Amino acid sequence: MTDTTADSGAVETAETTDEALGRSYLSASGSTLSSWLFTIDHKRIAILYAISTTVFFFIGGAAATLIRLELLTPAGDLVADDTYNKLFTLHGITMIWFFLVPVIPTTLGNFLVPLMLGARDLAFPRLNLFSWYLNIGGGLLALAAIILGGVDTGWTFYTPFSSFYSNSYVSIAALGVFLTGFSSIATGLNFIVTTHTMRCPGLTWFRLPLFIWANYATSLIMLLATPVLAMALLLIVAERWFGLAIFDPTRGGDPLLFQHLFWFYSHPAVYIMILPGMGVVSEIITCFARRRVFGYTAMVFAILAIAVIGFFVWGHHMFVSGQSSYANLVFSFLSFMVAVPSAIKVFNWTATLFRGRITFEAPMLYALGFVGLFTMGGLTGLFLASVPIDLHVHDTYFVVAHFHYIMVGGMVSAFFGGLHFWWPKITGRLYPERWAQAAAIMMFVGFNTTFFPQYILGYLGMPRRYHAYAPEFQMFHVASTLGAVLLAVAYLMPLFYLGWSLFFGRAASANPWEATGLEWTTASPPPQHNFFSTPVVREEPYNYHPEGTPKDA
Amino acid sequence: MREISPLAGIVAEQFDDRGQQRQAAEFGMWIFLGTEVLFFGAIFLGYTLYRMAYPAAFAEAGRETLVLIGSANTAILLTSSLTAALAVKAAEFGRSRLVVRLIAVTIALGLVFLALKGYEYHHDIKSHFVPGDPLFGLSEHAVIFVSFYWAMTGIHAIHMAIGLGAWVVVAILVRRGRVVPDKTNTVEVVGLYWHFVDTIWIFLYPLLYLVGRS
Repeated sequence: MTDTTADSGAVETAETTDEALGRSYLSASGSTLSSWLFTIDHKRIAILYAISTTVFFFIGGAAATLIRLELLTPAGDLVADDTYNKLFTLHGITMIWFFLVPVIPTTLGNFLVPLMLGARDLAFPRLNLFSWYLNIGGGLLALAAIILGGVDTGWTFYTPFSSFYSNSYVSIAALGVFLTGFSSIATGLNFIVTTHTMRCPGLTWFRLPLFIWANYATSLIMLLATPVLAMALLLIVAERWFGLAIFDPTRGGDPLLFQHLFWFYSHPAVYIMILPGMGVVSEIITCFARRRVFGYTAMVFAILAIAVIGFFVWGHHMFVSGQSSYANLVFSFLSFMVAVPSAIKVFNWTATLFRGRITFEAPMLYALGFVGLFTMGGLTGLFLASVPIDLHVHDTYFVVAHFHYIMVGGMVSAFFGGLHFWWPKITGRLYPERWAQAAAIMMFVGFNTTFFPQYILGYLGMPRRYHAYAPEFQMFHVASTLGAVLLAVAYLMPLFYLGWSLFFGRAASANPWEATGLEWTTASPPPQHNFFSTPVVREEPYNYHPEGTPKDA
Repeated sequence: MREISPLAGIVAEQFDDRGQQRQAAEFGMWIFLGTEVLFFGAIFLGYTLYRMAYPAAFAEAGRETLVLIGSANTAILLTSSLTAALAVKAAEFGRSRLVVRLIAVTIALGLVFLALKGYEYHHDIKSHFVPGDPLFGLSEHAVIFVSFYWAMTGIHAIHMAIGLGAWVVVAILVRRGRVVPDKTNTVEVVGLYWHFVDTIWIFLYPLLYLVGRS
């Protein structure tokens, strides 16, 4: 516990104390580097995470750029096959563990969870800061593995290749992922304890914004799935360093056990990578349709159902791994089941739009893009959940397109939507709307141009992870690469206009969108302790038409 | 708005009162232990599967572990859990000096456990009870059991070391008056962790030392 309260002392007059508490979190504790690196303010930690995840995003993006350039021609000419393996491994590891998994919970979540709960901070602020250092430490280890010569196992680390045959820097990368897993666990633990113990007066469970519910469910998955991955990776490292035999088929070990443990984490991790996005989109759609969310309770239970059922579907990654056909049947059925709550969410967002007074500011464009792209990704997920079709398209570009629709089309759109939506709250500045709208539209177009051809490629039989391919596939790869150029521009644009707005943007009011939610009741940017007095909640969330106002108000 | 309360340093800024802080700390530790269950769960699952596949090899290799040291360590660790529980009780009554003493005994017992474990490892290495050792003398699949033996006890020992570190910190804080035992539940929270590590051992003991000896 820091003793700041002790020396600020009771000698100060009421006014100076008021002033100190009233200053925004950006200026209240100074602007030195150490005031940021040792901060325990959840809002500042959110900014630290925003910077680090952005760096990892562009590192992963650079690898993707090289991959797309290589695939422009059928011959493997730009990079050697081995380099190509290392590129997609780098792309996968950084994008999944250092961008998609942490990005919404640790940036928007860290910033907003205490604000939305009416709390002064998360329950364990120092653990929160520690989680950032773990994340950075893990990231540096993973980058060290790449600089030393790369990892060629793919992000999936399948044994026995990863545990025995690969001569690349698997152990360092695995330890990097292991460390960053602890950072996930710390974040999840903080969110769950905070949500349980620190809600402000009147904020009952069924008055929580869906963003909180989504992060709560995400945290549950982080807490229960990540440790299993941690053990699996630790055992790989132990096999490489100490010659353990657990996954070694030559000594009676079973490499498939690793796949089970890996997917026990990595399938639920897909929901870690989409649920927070669903939370963001629920906030945005209600605001820009000026409507209460349709079926709030159903939305809450859908979020929880996705988190729970998501734990029992991992076997659908192993339909061709020699799993028993009965297991295939059960996993196939359960994978179909998880589509039900997902569909409930899509229907409810659509129903929220119905008769809404819709406006198309940039966050809304991103959110609408999310709904469409997530639906495409979800429906093709059903193709993959049915065993006969999966046998045909397993390990092809169909799978690649499917999960990019969910993760990039879904989660990244949602992140950008949320970033724009809360940008005025976080920075106190308004961003240039036209530029943002242009970027949002470009992202949607660029994304579809990149990934839709990959569905066709996969259906025609193009396998994933190959740097050379048959000439008849070239047309689709060229389209995909052109789309990737658009997408890259759309991702770079916000860097410039959001950066510009930090210095030249108009000052934002407390509630520029006239949105509901506790975070909009405090100043933009919020004071150091979030609220001037502890808020009290007296109504349901998303009350865009309080009683007594005319319907078209 | 928060006034500067006389409790400064005991209730952290983000909490309204002591009760909320205690609740959060305890709940947080329980959740962390939940993740630990899943962490160890993965390796227990692996052990179970292989034991079903290779029961004879597991029995054979299980007879090679040093049951005397394993049993002694079980007794030592259970006793350390007793002293930890007494420390928690003493903390409830605010008996700071007694808390420090009981923690010191807990730490001592933990160190004895690790020392014995270290001796056992030394013996294991000398007698080639190591996966990958070219002189490994047991039958074909026994190496799987030995892999689990090293992974499970090794990870458990790391947890022990972390627990010991936590006890040292708590003892120092209580001694210096930075942690007031009856006002915060720091001792109880660390105690929870210690009991958990102990519980893991209670499962490891039969799996690694008693298997094959019936």
